[in-house]
Amino acid sequence: MTANEERLPRLLALVPYLQARPGIRVAEAAADFGITEAQLRRDLQLLWLCGLPGHGPGDLIDLSFEGETISVIFDAGMSRPLRLTSEEALALVVALRTLAETPGLADSDAVHSALAKVETAAGGAVDDGTVTVALDKTTRLLPVLQRAVSEKRALDLRYHTAARDEISERIVDPLRVFELDGRAYLEAWCRSAEGVRIFRVDRIDNVELLDEASAPPAGIELRDLAEGVYQPAPEHLLAVLRVSEAYAWVADYYPPEEVVELAEGLQVSLRVSEPAWVRSLVLGSGGQVEVLSPGWLADSIRSDAAAAILAYAGK
Amino acid sequence: MAARRAERLVNLVICLLSTRQYLTAERIRDAVPGYESADGRKATDEAFKRMFERDKAELRDLGIPLETGRNSHFDAEDGYRIKRGDYELPPIEFNAAEAAAVGLAARLWQSATLGEPARAALMKLRAAGTDVQDDASPGAVPYLDASDPSLPALLEAAQTARPVTFEYVKSGAGTAQVRTIEPWGVLSWRKRWYVAGLDRDRGEPRSFRLSRITGPVKFVGVAGAFDRPEKVDLLEMVAGSGQTRDRVAHVRVTGPGAASLRRIAETDDDGVLAIAFAEVQWLARQIASAGSTAVVLDPPDLIDAVVGRLRAAAAGVGV
Repeated sequence: MTANEERLPRLLALVPYLQARPGIRVAEAAADFGITEAQLRRDLQLLWLCGLPGHGPGDLIDLSFEGETISVIFDAGMSRPLRLTSEEALALVVALRTLAETPGLADSDAVHSALAKVETAAGGAVDDGTVTVALDKTTRLLPVLQRAVSEKRALDLRYHTAARDEISERIVDPLRVFELDGRAYLEAWCRSAEGVRIFRVDRIDNVELLDEASAPPAGIELRDLAEGVYQPAPEHLLAVLRVSEAYAWVADYYPPEEVVELAEGLQVSLRVSEPAWVRSLVLGSGGQVEVLSPGWLADSIRSDAAAAILAYAGK
Repeated sequence: MAARRAERLVNLVICLLSTRQYLTAERIRDAVPGYESADGRKATDEAFKRMFERDKAELRDLGIPLETGRNSHFDAEDGYRIKRGDYELPPIEFNAAEAAAVGLAARLWQSATLGEPARAALMKLRAAGTDVQDDASPGAVPYLDASDPSLPALLEAAQTARPVTFEYVKSGAGTAQVRTIEPWGVLSWRKRWYVAGLDRDRGEPRSFRLSRITGPVKFVGVAGAFDRPEKVDLLEMVAGSGQTRDRVAHVRVTGPGAASLRRIAETDDDGVLAIAFAEVQWLARQIASAGSTAVVLDPPDLIDAVVGRLRAAAAGVGV
């Protein structure tokens, strides 16, 4: 829309705007309309020439200037703004629904009541729930995580630890939010683990922004991400797996120590922080992944599988 | 817009708002200043007609409800008026928190396609006396990128249940194909916009990425031309496997583990999860991964699939 095309809607909005704010300062009104004071004065001079048919002295829009302030004396019937077009109503409603889907950015009750009011004012232009806004989890959660970092506030996280397949509730002191290889992460001091942890945003099930200030211990260092998010540590378990072609992705999941191509599939050596991750992988794979070493882990998974089968005995 | 024309249009709106009678073009010509020719003399009928037609189009473009009609059977031609109740924004008030929410919402639009209508809406809301601000402290907001030019039309089509047709380039295909759909809704998923609905040519629900729509979106029916199914999961249509998860499994879980099963369950009845699924082997893998913490109660083919996986793991062979 060009500056000229914006002028008529602005002219129609100006009189009711000024009428709702007797004695408003010129500078403030200009700022609200996103125009210069000179432009506003030109608009007002034009409006002064407009009015009811007849255009006698009592028919024209009458504005009073006192110093730097403006008031409306006579509005010539322009007492309310034009209603929202369907496009305008949609733009606001879709944005408000997005906000409603995004925790922690605005007062959720206020978003819902504002949404209801805009929908009512739009009078049928946006009448029911046929336009749905569904955001993926990362898009929904990133703003509140970023806000927690910038406002230095603690977070209550409900997190799915995939390696142990457990959901836990924990208070964390956020350090930073980053994206790596297309995934978003939160790095934070975890108060229950008493250590820095990296949380995958898509595994956060719920987050609450606390009023409490974040208080990570002094002097902690952020993880160097040059080597990736997960960095194998020497104290982690070294597991050697035989994986089929279909499970070749395992070699990319954790940085492997060694990958050997076999006649069928791969032999992958990697360090894992949670043996439970290997256990789930093997149990679910239906024989496509096998533990070659350590022997105790292979034995333990075999007996797990046998125990699980027992539950189906007699069926 | 020249000041002269802007002035004439404002006067025209005031005039048509102030009348309950329909005013003919000739009466409007007398009542509204500015229909003279540039030198101040009376314009030719031809010139007046051109100006008036342009003005009517301009008002309608802005969404001003310009009514046409006759006051009585004796009138020889149509007249015009603007019904105040249709023109005016209904009363609306926001408390401070609501005003902040609306201002923030309008800022989510990163591109002009819907950003400008959002800003225009804020101007009207402010003119209605509300204190909506859109320059609040920035901070992080989930941005809504509406740079796809087809978004407004598709939003409107989904809203009003109007079928649409457009040209679409399928991923991997070089040429555009014409698609006709009954749009059920639009959604933003991973920073991209999609429209989902019934593909009329295929007779099946489909979703389309807006960035692959080429050319304009055309309406091919009236508002309310189709019924939207009652339960539509747009996210599943766009991001799901494309399969309908029309089977249900019951799985008993014990202890703190099996969180990934709990997360996909529809219901959790005291440790018995109901999980909707389409693919037996997919769900069997999830369940077998949980080991003895998860036991399938039904259906039987899922039990067989899980047991099969567990047997392979117990034997340690099977690659």
